[in-house]
Amino acid sequence: MLAKTSPEIGGMGHPIKRKEDLRFIQGKGNYIDDVQLPGMVYGHMVRSPYAHARITAIRTEEAKKLPGVLAVITGEDLAKANLAWMPTLFHDKQMVLATGKVLFQSQEVAFVVAEDRYTAADAAELVEVDYEELPVLVDPHKAQDTDAPILRDDREEKSNLIFHWEVGDRAATEQQMKSAPVTALVKAFFPRCHPAPLETCGCVIDFNSATGKLTAWITSQAPHAHRTVFALVAGLPEQNIRVISPDIGGGFGNKVPVYPGYVCAAVAALTIGRPVKWIETRSENLQSTGFARDYHMEAELAADKDGRVRALRVKTLADHGAFNAAAQPTKFPAGLFSICTGSYDFSQAFCEVDGVYTNKAPGGIAYRCSFRVTEAAYLIERAMDVLAQELKLDPAELRRRNFIPPEKFPYPSPLGWSYDSGNYQGALDLALEKIGYNELRKEQAEKRKRGELMGIGISSFTEIVGAGPSHTFDILGLKMFDSAELRVHPTGKAIMRMGTKSQGQGHETTYAQIVAQELGIPAADVAIEEGDTDTAPYGLGTYASRSTPTSGAAAALAARKVREKARKIAAHLLEVSEEDLEWEPGKFSVKGAPGKSKTIQEIAFAAYTNFPQGLEPGLEAVHYYDPPNLTFPFGTYVAVVDIDKGTGEVKVRRFVAVDDCGNIINPMIVEGQVHGGLTEGLAIAFMQEISYDESGNIQGGTFMDYLVPTAVETPSWETGNTCTPSPHHPFGAKGVGESPNVGSPAAFVNAVVDALSHLGVKHIDMPLAPWKIWQILKEKGVTQ
Amino acid sequence: MTSKRAVDITVKVNGKEHSAAVEPRLLLVHFIREHLALTGTHVGCDTTNCGACTVLLDGRAVKSCTLFAVQADGRELRTIEGVGNTSALHPLQEGFKEKHGLQCGFCTPGMIMSACALLEKKPHPTEEDIRWGISGNLCRCTGYQNIVKAVQYAAEKMSAPTPQA
Repeated sequence: MLAKTSPEIGGMGHPIKRKEDLRFIQGKGNYIDDVQLPGMVYGHMVRSPYAHARITAIRTEEAKKLPGVLAVITGEDLAKANLAWMPTLFHDKQMVLATGKVLFQSQEVAFVVAEDRYTAADAAELVEVDYEELPVLVDPHKAQDTDAPILRDDREEKSNLIFHWEVGDRAATEQQMKSAPVTALVKAFFPRCHPAPLETCGCVIDFNSATGKLTAWITSQAPHAHRTVFALVAGLPEQNIRVISPDIGGGFGNKVPVYPGYVCAAVAALTIGRPVKWIETRSENLQSTGFARDYHMEAELAADKDGRVRALRVKTLADHGAFNAAAQPTKFPAGLFSICTGSYDFSQAFCEVDGVYTNKAPGGIAYRCSFRVTEAAYLIERAMDVLAQELKLDPAELRRRNFIPPEKFPYPSPLGWSYDSGNYQGALDLALEKIGYNELRKEQAEKRKRGELMGIGISSFTEIVGAGPSHTFDILGLKMFDSAELRVHPTGKAIMRMGTKSQGQGHETTYAQIVAQELGIPAADVAIEEGDTDTAPYGLGTYASRSTPTSGAAAALAARKVREKARKIAAHLLEVSEEDLEWEPGKFSVKGAPGKSKTIQEIAFAAYTNFPQGLEPGLEAVHYYDPPNLTFPFGTYVAVVDIDKGTGEVKVRRFVAVDDCGNIINPMIVEGQVHGGLTEGLAIAFMQEISYDESGNIQGGTFMDYLVPTAVETPSWETGNTCTPSPHHPFGAKGVGESPNVGSPAAFVNAVVDALSHLGVKHIDMPLAPWKIWQILKEKGVTQ
Repeated sequence: MTSKRAVDITVKVNGKEHSAAVEPRLLLVHFIREHLALTGTHVGCDTTNCGACTVLLDGRAVKSCTLFAVQADGRELRTIEGVGNTSALHPLQEGFKEKHGLQCGFCTPGMIMSACALLEKKPHPTEEDIRWGISGNLCRCTGYQNIVKAVQYAAEKMSAPTPQA
């Protein structure tokens, strides 16, 4: 256990109120659309109404004639500067503005710049584009058919297959499938969904022709990586590019990639010589940037008669849309999907994924997720329930029989991961106790006799976060370390700058608490800055629950470097040797003479006024943290649902979430993260899906069709924690932000299937909308 | 955006009168954000779904992305900037901070304005009243639970008897 600091210091474990709140509650945040520069003009995107069509002509004259219009940029214009295409974050390229043909509905075709946003929108209407429709490929299962249209004729390989990826021992797994007494199969589709942060994406780009400096305000979860991409794509010297990520109104993975709008705004700023603002509308956000999931999965379990699992075989078809714009580590085409063996002790496993192109928006981003861990957790937790149903075993009991026991950690998984720590049984026990599992099962049995539909769903998920160790993890070659630079001022106050970027996670508070824990400087006295690439140390940004595991670790280690220097100064001030000093949060004392001490504030002042001869003045440190391993948070979630037989509506009566994210920095913030992630999980499970009709028209491209739960649909969440510290993280933390989004969909679906299992229902694909449930009830003859 | 089609309007905003010549189609939210430079009122969807643009028009919570500026002519507006400040926070602002009722902060001003209107009508709301009262405002971060607590905190504080000096 970590030493607990006083509430005044506010180190780890204190639920201190957030420092960032004061500006947000007064409407004084500085979000992207609040950035206002002298002479600023506005960009508006012209988009394709077709999913697949040849562009035969683009006429811009009428648009250009409209008073106030400054430029209309097309793909042909960009091609002259070699900017019609840009690299994606994953081994592919993407059209900035379409040349030749369009590949998805809403694709960027032209960029109009005008004096104000109304004129820009008017002018966009005046751009005339002639299209010749081409055959559309919507169903990924048909992507590899011989008669399928080849979508990407820019590529050498004349195929819609992007990649085939496999891991594990195919032969040994197949052997187990054949020989095991019991097998269970589930085919589960994780629908295409969207992070839909409340603030859409956008940018303001300013180019100073006198200094040659490009300043780009971007809603970026990874400002440093964006600067490097800008340098590589635009060929600008990197010291002349400054990316500033202002306050971000939610990200959830949507704001990791570089989008065509940013590139167009930069080109416009360079050519027009005025700052250019581009802000997505909500529909543009949902239709063109950053979709997630869209995994067609199949899992087969081999088990003994008593339910002990032997092997897992997974086969998945991944729909990546028109360009593989997944934002994930280079070596992992299916992200960390191979965490699909979950919390269970399999002896063999094999997993294969095919990624294909379709005429849909590009992406495959990690929506509050460590790169496909959400899909993996959903699949294994669903599969375990199917096996339980097959064996007529209680799903809690089946999990208990198969958990990796605590003594087996660090645990080498059959698909190649080394789980750092875990106590899955502990989280399950606490969750079942909190929800009153046995009583609920009795209630369910009684209700079934009366014909009422009630279900209980369990999800005992394992996470894999904190990407990641440099030997394995990079994005575009950039290793996935992260950083902190701490400066202690003469008066003992401090500023720390980070390579990450908060989008609501509360970094200004939690990082300060880490410094408070390590140095005893009150958290209130530590300012945190992120997002300005001119001042912050390099890092790969905030997503995949990586901030605490990486930059958080860097913060602690930078603080420890400062503490070691402080020790030298304290020894000098107290006229003793360093070995004679002992540390407690906030001061060094002479061993055996507790009255003889120097506070960190006194030491800080001496670092600038009275430092020992030969010691470098000042008190600061920087640390770049390359994690030795990933961290493995886990938990058990239990959902209780009641189904209305008249309408098919599912009511989530209760939901208990027990999380284990190791040592906690701020319990209030952790709980808030869990509430928010569960609400996103609820939306995914019950109401959200972006689908396409056979012509490639997007369904779910507005908030009228892509539903976000309100306070009325959202239940009250019950939370709890167990604590299994990470053995390799400097202060035993693991990261938590994505756990509730990763773990909860399976709990919801398992609960609904459980409510209907006695009717022979084994699986239902999300979203579990009332109409879908009602149709099942009707088919089973139990509607009211 | 001042063209010959401009219409003169006068709006009282947070207690102060503002006159401007605006294009008839100018949205109220853009008048607030760009003409008055009050950027606490946000645009989250431009389709009346999310409520990030909620302001009080003659005391009633409205979504300013779906009104024209000219519709506010001669009327009184209250935005988040008129609610409280660092030295004198409104109980709702205090509640959001105390109860961790915000994360990214983008929905917060609109939430606070809706809650203002709710508490005006119902000083002692039940949890259900609060959930319905803010149901026109979307939040992607908090799951609403702590927003409900923040509004309860404010309701209690506002109905407590004021100590006499």
